[in-house]
Amino acid sequence: MKNYIKYMAILALGIVSCEPELENSIEDDGFYSNGEADFSNYVALGNSLTAGYADGALYITGQQNSYPNILASKMELAAEGNFDFTQPLVNDNVGGLLLGGNQIAAPRFVLAGESALTARPARLNAMPTTEVSNKLSGPFNNMGVPGAKSYHLLAPNYGNVAGVATGAANPYFARFASSESATVLGDAVAQDPTFFTLWIGNNDVLSFATSGGAGVYQQNNTDFATYGPNDITDPNAFAFVYNSIVSQLVGEDGSAAEGVLINIPNVTDIPYFNVVPVNPIPLDANTAAALNAQFGVYNTQILPGLVQAGVLTEAEANSRKITFAESDQNYVTLVDEDLTNITGILQQAPFNLDPQTAALLGQLRQATSEDLIPLTSSSFIGTTVNDNPMLVNGVSVPLGDEHVLTASEQAVVAQVTTQYNAAIASIAQNYSLGLVDANALLSQIGASGGLNYQGIPITSQFVVGGAFSLDGVHLTPRGNAVIANEIIKVINTNYEANLPNVNVGEYGTVSLSNNVQ
Amino acid sequence: MKRLFLLGLFAMATAITYAGGYRVSLQGQRGLAMGHTGVAMVNNAELAFFNPGGLSFLENKINIAAGASAVFSDVVWQNDEFGQMARTDSPVGTPFYAYFSYKLTEKFSLGFAAYTPYGSSVEWEKDWAGSHLVNDIDLQAIYIQALASYKITDNLSVGGGPIYVSGAVNFNRNLNRTLTDLEGNRSNVTVDASGVSAWGWSAGAMWKPIDSLTIGVNYRSEIIMQAEGGDADFQNVPNSPLTPFEDTKFDAELPLPAELTVGVSYQLNEKWLFAFDYNRTFWGVYESLDLDFENPNIPDSENPRNYEDSSIYRFGMQYTANETFTLRAGYYFDESPVQSGYFAPETPRNNSNNFTGGLSINVSDRVAIDASFLYSHFDEIEESYNYYEENGQQVPFEGTYKSSAFVPGLGVTIKI
Repeated sequence: MKNYIKYMAILALGIVSCEPELENSIEDDGFYSNGEADFSNYVALGNSLTAGYADGALYITGQQNSYPNILASKMELAAEGNFDFTQPLVNDNVGGLLLGGNQIAAPRFVLAGESALTARPARLNAMPTTEVSNKLSGPFNNMGVPGAKSYHLLAPNYGNVAGVATGAANPYFARFASSESATVLGDAVAQDPTFFTLWIGNNDVLSFATSGGAGVYQQNNTDFATYGPNDITDPNAFAFVYNSIVSQLVGEDGSAAEGVLINIPNVTDIPYFNVVPVNPIPLDANTAAALNAQFGVYNTQILPGLVQAGVLTEAEANSRKITFAESDQNYVTLVDEDLTNITGILQQAPFNLDPQTAALLGQLRQATSEDLIPLTSSSFIGTTVNDNPMLVNGVSVPLGDEHVLTASEQAVVAQVTTQYNAAIASIAQNYSLGLVDANALLSQIGASGGLNYQGIPITSQFVVGGAFSLDGVHLTPRGNAVIANEIIKVINTNYEANLPNVNVGEYGTVSLSNNVQ
Repeated sequence: MKRLFLLGLFAMATAITYAGGYRVSLQGQRGLAMGHTGVAMVNNAELAFFNPGGLSFLENKINIAAGASAVFSDVVWQNDEFGQMARTDSPVGTPFYAYFSYKLTEKFSLGFAAYTPYGSSVEWEKDWAGSHLVNDIDLQAIYIQALASYKITDNLSVGGGPIYVSGAVNFNRNLNRTLTDLEGNRSNVTVDASGVSAWGWSAGAMWKPIDSLTIGVNYRSEIIMQAEGGDADFQNVPNSPLTPFEDTKFDAELPLPAELTVGVSYQLNEKWLFAFDYNRTFWGVYESLDLDFENPNIPDSENPRNYEDSSIYRFGMQYTANETFTLRAGYYFDESPVQSGYFAPETPRNNSNNFTGGLSINVSDRVAIDASFLYSHFDEIEESYNYYEENGQQVPFEGTYKSSAFVPGLGVTIKI
């Protein structure tokens, strides 16, 4: 009888060990496939967007929600054999950087406030702990380097810790560059990637825009050594550099790696330029009248006089008129470097203005709805100069060039972006690589009403839109999930692969905390 | 003996069972081995559960039956659109029963019962894709019942008694699909209530029109468990008035539905007995699982369930091999009370085919060991829970589910 009980027990255990199994399990070989591509060693190249930078900082959960990391989690399901995707994680979820113990980059933004109406982004009140000189030993699959422009990927010493303080090197690359003289591309190619994504070139035009056009358009200048940080890269030089990066990634016979190129969104689709209105100045009747009186001679005598003298066209003179009204929506005043500089003329007869007033009026105009104010200028407009209530920035004192992206600056940015994207498209075609049209995607998100993605409304509205983090430039985890999905779409089409989608609704947007500076 | 063992194997191979919702049909090893039939069977003290009306038909003065089962139940879920998969790693459940009856007179018996007809223990991987619906749940209810049975005529007997229920629930879920603290830890809430008590009753009748045929009916009342002042413990909530979640108390209601059983058993000859039971479980009472938080700033949680009354069809047979061995086998079809679109992963039950088997070994005239097993076969099913809302918009949680359950059990029967 003992034996029977023993057999029963064995039989029972046999059944107990049977876990429920699905007929078609996603864990089965071949459920998903990499098609003609090979995901076994995926390397992501790019800038802050690729690194997972968000909310004005690089922090761990941002990195974990980078689009390459999200994409890799899906590739893993289809990859044959071992799959690993490593990232140069920073030290904390505070964000910011230390160099030799001194803070050189600020902590992340969080959304702070007592109610939904008063909530505003603010820097987290915490000390960064990520020390740039603490070298990580790589290599890392995510080679995204915040701040990198196209030509930086080819620049030796870009990760030299000693060059960080002077701005000659990049602190983020310095953390994980294989050597002081290493290049980003060199460290990527050394990993023998079988698949790559490349999203580079944003900063070649974006830093000009976010600086309010404070840099220079380096048209026809191919000497990157002479470029300033806010300059626009020459489109031909960009195309040359971009082609060089791609050719090294695909290898000499073009068979080393497959990949996907991601093009450059229009900078005007980001909340950074859509938060601060150009007409934020509230004035009562008395103040408006006083200001109008102040600019009365300028509007009614000086400008018409200059038209008569043939210095200004009628149209330019009209664009330079300054008028205020009793309203909450007066347009800011600004210095526009594209206007005819009349500082010298105004000091001569018949105007005979003092040099200070002449300089004030030299390239003065009032903003129009065509101009854009960078997000960072919101805290500057309306402040006074030397606590003098008569000298109000944006009103009696015009905003400097860096506070306004003018219509003509926007036109340059748009045109250059188009040229970059044409170059990227033709390179994608030449090398038979996938191409993700991030420009079109973000235009849809930026359009009124935004995009309904998997049933979730996603817009470019600041804070609440879902796509953009609290710095107004970089993507939220949800925005990254959308990008990852678009890349998956292109991979599936271009390489006849079968990767599952990303469930965008599972990715968050902005983080809340009242522990702020 | 060898022949008996082979019959046992056959029984196992043909066996399927587990009840829908959070009903756990494991109230007696002898009944369970026969597809959890028993409303029309005079076998042992298990009658205290299956049909207290039949207690006075038990021949011995003192009848005791007690036992426990080990529930190995797991679920796998996947969503192939998004390449996601999760498995439960549920702890082994141990429902038990203890029944006692005492024949005061030839016509009148008293009894006592303790059993656990409702319960659920499901543990998903923490922060899995459905974690906004449930991470883990542990639901327990112990029924304690005093019974009396009276033989009206030689072939008709009735019985019943009041039920006292003591229950406890512990439930954890994430607050939504995305909220985290600054370290990326998902915000979640654990609700915990224990010592929740309520009263109900059961009553049954048994009729033996001829010696070989028994007909039974039994009804167990609905019992609403009302948890008042349970603890709601919020974890990893961001430091912001925009997420006003803080530890508080909660009230909630969970119905333990009424169940009506009618059945018949037929003693073919000395060796063979066949039984059929029909259960109707009145799940319709379970419309919604609502958590009412004491703190007015915390939005109440409403989770439509919309269960419907459901039926179970049970078949069992018993083969008395010799004085020592009795073998049993059974089958039941368990209709799920969960309607399409309401398939929530805390009780992911679809219809099941259930196979049972078991045996009793008479160790002595007075003592028998009862063993049983249950294997529940669930078809793979594509289902969704459509009533989770985000910003006023329904966000379905979809996927393919496959459940399995295997429940070995052991008990003892004593007749004095």
